[in-house]
Amino acid sequence: MGKTAFEKIWDAHRVSEIGDGTDLILIDRILLHERTGGVALKSLHASGRPVNDPAQVFATMDHIVDTLPGRSDNTLMPTGRDFILATREASKEAGISLFDLNDRRQGIVHVISPELGIILPGATLVCPDSHTCSQGALGGLAWGIGSSEAEHALATSTLRVNKPKTMRITIDGELAPGVTAKDLALYIVSEISSSGAVGHMIEYAGSAVTSLDVEARLTLCNMATELGAFSAFIAPDEKVFAYLKGRDYAPKGDDWTAALEQWKTIFTDADASFDKDVTLSGNDVPPMVSWGTSPQQSMPVTDDVPLYSEVSSRDSRDSYDRAIAYMDLEPGEPLRSFSIDAAFIGSCTNSRLSDLRRAADILIGQKVAPHVKAICVPGSTSVKALAEAEGLDKIFLDAGFEWRESGCSMCFFAGGESFGAEERVITSTNRNFESRQGPKTRSHLASPETVAMSAIMGHIADARMLAGKESR
Amino acid sequence: MKPLKIVRSLAVPLIVDNIDTDIIIPSREMKSVSKTGLSDGLFAGWRYTAVGSREINPDFVLNDAKYADAEILLAGDNMGCGSSREHAAWALAEYGFRVVIARSFNPIFRGNCIRNGILPVKLSPEPIAKAEGQITVNLEAMTITSEAGDGWNFELETEAREMLLEGLDPIDLTLKRAADIAAFREADRARRPWIYNLKAG
Repeated sequence: MGKTAFEKIWDAHRVSEIGDGTDLILIDRILLHERTGGVALKSLHASGRPVNDPAQVFATMDHIVDTLPGRSDNTLMPTGRDFILATREASKEAGISLFDLNDRRQGIVHVISPELGIILPGATLVCPDSHTCSQGALGGLAWGIGSSEAEHALATSTLRVNKPKTMRITIDGELAPGVTAKDLALYIVSEISSSGAVGHMIEYAGSAVTSLDVEARLTLCNMATELGAFSAFIAPDEKVFAYLKGRDYAPKGDDWTAALEQWKTIFTDADASFDKDVTLSGNDVPPMVSWGTSPQQSMPVTDDVPLYSEVSSRDSRDSYDRAIAYMDLEPGEPLRSFSIDAAFIGSCTNSRLSDLRRAADILIGQKVAPHVKAICVPGSTSVKALAEAEGLDKIFLDAGFEWRESGCSMCFFAGGESFGAEERVITSTNRNFESRQGPKTRSHLASPETVAMSAIMGHIADARMLAGKESR
Repeated sequence: MKPLKIVRSLAVPLIVDNIDTDIIIPSREMKSVSKTGLSDGLFAGWRYTAVGSREINPDFVLNDAKYADAEILLAGDNMGCGSSREHAAWALAEYGFRVVIARSFNPIFRGNCIRNGILPVKLSPEPIAKAEGQITVNLEAMTITSEAGDGWNFELETEAREMLLEGLDPIDLTLKRAADIAAFREADRARRPWIYNLKAG
């Protein structure tokens, strides 16, 4: 019987069996950010334990730093400065690499890791951040952990991990024009539910997946945590190898040659089996928008707000009623009839160069509706520089968007900057939880295209209205 | 970590599906670079009348005086989904919860509970919510019993059970294998040198 790609990576990293389905797994890369990483480093230091291999640990400032131009260690979030200073000091003490404010390599952890070649095919990588699953898009085994587990990984270069079950999600066919990886991610969670992959390692496969470029794959894998999955993975291919070649921390010279040879063995054998196998058709995926307060509460942008009878297979009556009331929606009304107060393009889901290019294609020559506050936050300092080099910043600014420094920004409300109370926000982020983006804010998740189009129209809108336009 | 063997308490019925860690503790309540000082922010969005306020919302079950000393929390499906923030487990533990019973758990949240002395029990919480009075969770026997005499068994991995029963630190357990880890890394370095040759260039 053959092995899945996941099992190949797992077995190559198993230091020993602990028993009862738990293995001691070697960790190749550890990433930290100032929100949860600072406390892990500080606590490790207090316990008197050193970092086992500082060369394999990287930290960045993304969660708490302001994204307004001219930012400093001072933050709009009260006490935010403490997190920044503590992370800086602890990184120095531990001897790990820190991509600090004003470093060209700074950015959202899941944007910069691929960009710098830190995540590699076949490598294990952990970070105290649930969206670490994004990085499985490059064919590594990357997953989110808690701060105590991060301490464990830092001190021992290993983790004690209960081996997850395996689940293959095959997306056959192809995505229609105007339909993106974000729409696919929202479609999958609406089909299999927010707990549909709990305890499972997902492998995404099929023609609609392999045809995605690396940045789109990162978007797809990003939302595996919204399915409750351990993580997600896509078998590495020539697109991934070409993407990685020459990146800062990617292998060079003989190491590159040897690595490439090994990476080509990371695929699921034809006779391997999965604990669960799900097949969906890419042809069926429309542009999607979330309507409720869980990502599973997502729907085609062109549909009406669902009646309970239409979603009763996934939502309990109580969570449906709660979401409809919180979001202030009228069941049966077109989703597109709801006016928005704000539009946000950013986050580890959709803030890479290709995301900004596609949004700019919609915004060029257009103006954001007067009542809409619109913000674009590039995912990394590098993305921002590349976007500016091709003039995208001007397109966003001319349309009426703010153009910010990189960071997680208003993907979540940390006590500083936020959207206003009860405001309706169309957002390219990953979580539409209650008060996630501000006090009682009503977040609708969507692709950058849908966010851009909605910002122009002033209400939730279908970006395919501009169909026929020359696309990049 | 405080060992956990038997917990006897009223159980707070918060049986809602998809309680995310932003609900358990909003990001705005994580004010210091520390694992403590978080219990005040536990369920802040539901427990208080407005963001930033400390005015009690009388409709929220945790504010019912009879649950003031409760150590058991009942939840629905997909408990602890969302952000990996361990602050959710730290806040629950600091508030006084020792057991969370839910229909299912998010895996990161579940692991964070175990590492912080909170026992996660996968069980349908509804029958327990209906049971009047105190319930008893016995980790040694892996049973839950109600005053009315109802009983349920639950499962937990051997290592997690031992860690909770003994209050063990998993880092100490792993560091006992430090020589094995070093030997494994040495052999791995020969197989995959590029993983170890980390120079930015």
